[in-house]
Amino acid sequence: MARVVVDVMLKPEILDPQGQAVQRALPRLGFDGISDVRQGKRFELEVEGPVDEAALARIHDLAESFLANTVIEDFTVKIEEVAEAVK
Amino acid sequence: MTARIGVVTFPGSLDDRDTQRAIRLAGAEPVALWHKDKDLHQVDAVVLPGGFSYGDYLRAGAISRFSPVMETVIEQAKAGLPVLGICNGFQILTEAHLLPGGMLGNDHLHFICRDQKLRVENADTAWTVDYASGQEIHIPLKNMDGRYVADEYTLDKLEAEGRVVFRYLDFNPNGSLRDIAGITNEAGNVVGLMPHPEHATEPLIGTGRTDGLPFFTSILKKLVNA
Repeated sequence: MARVVVDVMLKPEILDPQGQAVQRALPRLGFDGISDVRQGKRFELEVEGPVDEAALARIHDLAESFLANTVIEDFTVKIEEVAEAVK
Repeated sequence: MTARIGVVTFPGSLDDRDTQRAIRLAGAEPVALWHKDKDLHQVDAVVLPGGFSYGDYLRAGAISRFSPVMETVIEQAKAGLPVLGICNGFQILTEAHLLPGGMLGNDHLHFICRDQKLRVENADTAWTVDYASGQEIHIPLKNMDGRYVADEYTLDKLEAEGRVVFRYLDFNPNGSLRDIAGITNEAGNVVGLMPHPEHATEPLIGTGRTDGLPFFTSILKKLVNA
């Protein structure tokens, strides 16, 4: 089993009030020195079979047409190594 | 014979019944359409009603946009079928790319429900011919994800082509860019807006006014005279 991670972020020019709310809470919590926070979405896809070029291309299409709305969001697709579960 | 106007029910639609009632009040025949049914049953126009279809999971309207009924709606809308998207319906239309731009959470991060003042900016679309350009109306607004966004190029294009159909007046309830409450496509057959005209069609309920009724008389006039 291989995992492919799709990260989706609002485009940089679009206002992210959720990220701002998080950022404004930071000084109160004692976290200083963080000038900006933007919040996104992470999708972890457990892929059956090999993650070859064809599989990645399909996931890219899926991300572009469904997981992200590319009018307002950017996305990245990456393969993640899954550590064997420790029994 | 009168016009047959379809109202799609998605899982999580809330305002399908109110929309059917508004259509009937305007003198047209409402036809219930089901999200799993590709067949539009020979309707002359379609309304995508408000609500929280598929729980707004992923993004508002993102999953509904891929429902079987939408395959036909998208195809027919491109061929000229009049389509109105109200609230969640507007979100579905942007997700389906029948209208440009996108919808995001209100800038204040809260659900909002209020009587909203709007200005009708374009009284030439299939859904607004019974208004006067520049007319000010009050209709209810209730949403979580009502912030209309698009890039500067798209916004300028919409303004230049007169495709901003409604603008928020006095108060911008959700941070929508350029106070945009509703827009249309190039052909003027597809219109989407966040506020709810179907809740302002009888004096007894809603704003106590009937400022939303002209949406439904507009389309009837358009279809009957076609």
